[in-house]
Amino acid sequence: MEVPILKQGAFLIATFQAALSDADLNQLRMGLVQQVVKFRSRAVIVDVTAMDVMDSFASRTLREIAHMIRLRGAETVIVGIQPEVAFAMVQLGLTLEGVATALDLEEGLAYLNEKFKITNRG
Amino acid sequence: MAKRDNTPTDLELKRTEEPSELLRELVAHLRQNRTQLREEWVVRISETRLLTAMTKEEIFAEATSVYDSYVEALETEAFEALQAYARNLSERIIPRGVETHEVVGIVLLLRDVLARSLFAKYQNDFKKLNRILDAYEPAANRIANTVAVGFVQERERVIRQQQEAIRELSTPVLQVRERLLILPIIGVIDPQRARQLTEQLLRGIRTNRAKVVVIDITGVAAMDVTVANHLVQTVEASRLLGATVIVTGLSPEIAQTLVTIGVDLGKMNTVGDLQGGIEQAERLLGYKVASIAEER
Repeated sequence: MEVPILKQGAFLIATFQAALSDADLNQLRMGLVQQVVKFRSRAVIVDVTAMDVMDSFASRTLREIAHMIRLRGAETVIVGIQPEVAFAMVQLGLTLEGVATALDLEEGLAYLNEKFKITNRG
Repeated sequence: MAKRDNTPTDLELKRTEEPSELLRELVAHLRQNRTQLREEWVVRISETRLLTAMTKEEIFAEATSVYDSYVEALETEAFEALQAYARNLSERIIPRGVETHEVVGIVLLLRDVLARSLFAKYQNDFKKLNRILDAYEPAANRIANTVAVGFVQERERVIRQQQEAIRELSTPVLQVRERLLILPIIGVIDPQRARQLTEQLLRGIRTNRAKVVVIDITGVAAMDVTVANHLVQTVEASRLLGATVIVTGLSPEIAQTLVTIGVDLGKMNTVGDLQGGIEQAERLLGYKVASIAEER
């Protein structure tokens, strides 16, 4: 299942659908970094609103994505983690340490705009 | 049941009197002597100092309906109805402070009073007395059991209800500014309450789009390691929803517990008291509070 990656000015937005397989996650990791390089994006927002479970593989992949993207000088924000998912994650010790998080897409964009103090163009 | 033509033996006599016939006979006796037996029972109740929370009039009123229900249960063997009656009775008397041992006590007293009266009636026919008791005892035991169970079930229902009420009372999530929530925790936190708090807070963060949460635990005297871990998890889960948590009001004991379990205090934002916590929250949100007089 392809994860749609949209360009929003200097940012990329990747929207997870529910139930991504491990293969999908691996594909996404490579795909996102390539897109960051191609568009010289400043940041990536990963929207996981549709995910109703987050296992350790998905959680690790998200951290790796953020890490790889940081190596390209860009920021990652994970948005849309549901309360039940957040609760389950911390009980399993999956804290997404070192990765920025926000409530939803709107908050994620607000955070990035504040951080970079730019308005989106084109 | 088929009868033979020759002279009936004792064995035959036993078979011809069905248990239900015996039961009817003893029920009739208990009904005929209702007033006297009930009075005897009430006297025994006050002699053994049971139901001290109730007045004589109340005891008499309840005794009448318990007696009638008892005899009816003996007759009809409708134990569900009896259990419903017992729960209903319990609902009335539990708030009066009546205890389980009192309820079981008075039912057993009634059993004794009625048994004695059966002894008296059939004292000249030992064999018949035995048959009567064969019919009476299982039914009477079942009644005592049913009433006791009904009473206990009602108590448990009340306890559950009260626990639920306490839980709802003590975990309000309050919005005091745009994007700022306060969660004042008071009293004892057990793991179940801690879990409920976390769920409520996370839902509140999403609903109110909170960016900062102040959790105040001034009102919490002590916290065991399990609950302290839960607090840490709450902070982490809140972060996953994009909210920063400030914990205020840690007592020295709780601070000690947190250090003992090795909480990374770099990860947990703490401030001494609620006032300080709110002030820091406002700074984080970009608010500044200035006195009106100063601004002039």
